[in-house]
Amino acid sequence: MDQITFFALALPLVVVAALVILHPNPVYSALCLVLTLFILAVYFLFLDAHMVAALQIIVYAGAIMVLFLFVIMLLNIQTDPQESQRKGLRWAAGIGGGVLVAELFLLLRRTPTTGGHDSLPEGFGTVTVLSERLFTDFLLPFEITSVLLLVAVVGAVVLAKRQT
Amino acid sequence: MIDLVISFILTLMVLLMVLNLGGLLLWVERKGSAILQDRIGANRAAIFGKLPFNLGIVNTLVADPIKLFTKEDFVPPGADKLLHTLAPIIALVPVLVTFIAVPFGDVLIIGDREINLQAANLNVGLLYILAMVSLGVYGVVLAGWASNNRWALLGGIRGSAQMISYEIALGLSLIGVVLTFGSLDLQAIARAQGHLIGGWIPAWGILYQPLAFLIFLTAGIAESKRVPFDLPEAESELISGYFTEYSGAKQATFMLVDFVEVIIVSGLVTTLFFGGWQIPFLMRDGIHFPWGSVLHLPSVLVALMQVGAFTLKVLFFCWLQIMIRWTLPRFRYDQLMKLGWRILLPLALVNVMLTALVILLV
Repeated sequence: MDQITFFALALPLVVVAALVILHPNPVYSALCLVLTLFILAVYFLFLDAHMVAALQIIVYAGAIMVLFLFVIMLLNIQTDPQESQRKGLRWAAGIGGGVLVAELFLLLRRTPTTGGHDSLPEGFGTVTVLSERLFTDFLLPFEITSVLLLVAVVGAVVLAKRQT
Repeated sequence: MIDLVISFILTLMVLLMVLNLGGLLLWVERKGSAILQDRIGANRAAIFGKLPFNLGIVNTLVADPIKLFTKEDFVPPGADKLLHTLAPIIALVPVLVTFIAVPFGDVLIIGDREINLQAANLNVGLLYILAMVSLGVYGVVLAGWASNNRWALLGGIRGSAQMISYEIALGLSLIGVVLTFGSLDLQAIARAQGHLIGGWIPAWGILYQPLAFLIFLTAGIAESKRVPFDLPEAESELISGYFTEYSGAKQATFMLVDFVEVIIVSGLVTTLFFGGWQIPFLMRDGIHFPWGSVLHLPSVLVALMQVGAFTLKVLFFCWLQIMIRWTLPRFRYDQLMKLGWRILLPLALVNVMLTALVILLV
């Protein structure tokens, strides 16, 4: 990925990501988050990770965010004027964000800047290569993650059944 | 440079094919419903009421879109203007770009150049299609919310619940197909269906995956939100659901989205289960008869025949879907959810298990 593509995508990405927290209307916030995830998927495309890009859209933009939007509409959440008056929450968010930014800079200094596009192995990012790694080297983490998701599903069912 | 021109032409071809077919289906649906209900249907339209003769097909074909596009575009008071305008566009874009991964022919050989008759040869073709289909929900949800109308909101919420529920069965039914052909690239899947079983029977996907075909077709019709799965519209309960507050060109866009979804389902069913562009016994260099003789044909003719076969198959499944739409009554909401979660999903899982078992043993 060359610098022009990177910055042409980075600018809208940062703007849209900022709008997620700055926009007063929750529906627009959710939509901006969808756009953020979408632009991230385009990044993956330019990095030759086609499968990751497709999965990013299917799972996050296509399924999870639809449920977010669904809940926002079902509960008819409006802009809440009292929310912005909670000063303590703002301070906590500011400190948390500051720590995150500091961590990012620390990471940026440690990351080596060498290594480029030419060093990619054959078939990088294709379904065959990715699934081969997933089901050999990373089999245990993969299976544990799926068990974790199953636990979450069972937990959700138990919580939903308790009220009746 | 020439590669760029070729892919531009291919993409344009696919886009125009889908758009034209979408317009045509509007007329087919009006006439088809008339035939099923023993009516004559739309058969006349005159310009300013002055044309003395009747142009038949052409007339109704052009009259409907012109009428829709020249009507007043009304945004209800209290509606979210930006999203109300954006919703039809958000609904249209994902369905229009879906078709680029679907192959409509094998290869066209011009000089020493081999042109793959597919707008984009994607390694993750099927995943790409699923991704675009999953984005289609946003148009429905946003239209319902932005209209500031209770019926529209109910339609939007029903639509999102239905589309997410059936996406799971849709995706799982495809896993059996992927296991059978060992690829996510639709062109590879279409090519794999070219050989013959025992020299006579074409090895189309329906023979290997009959259950997946039924699940995919059902879930596909549910995704396109047409009868018997038209609860998001449900004109007898919700006026016309999520696009109640739409008029003119925007409403025409939503109608177009419906028809393009019908075409996509037909295109995918054709490619995955009915050989795509394959014609039995037709190979790249001509017709190979089962008794051994070969009729050689030029590459251009073979490519044309394949594109023609693909188009005919797609048209057949479009017609089938329109027939289903005008034959069945609408499901009740609990029946819809029961069908999706308790019948289609377990069936799809069983299909995956059986396919994996057979592949492991054979």
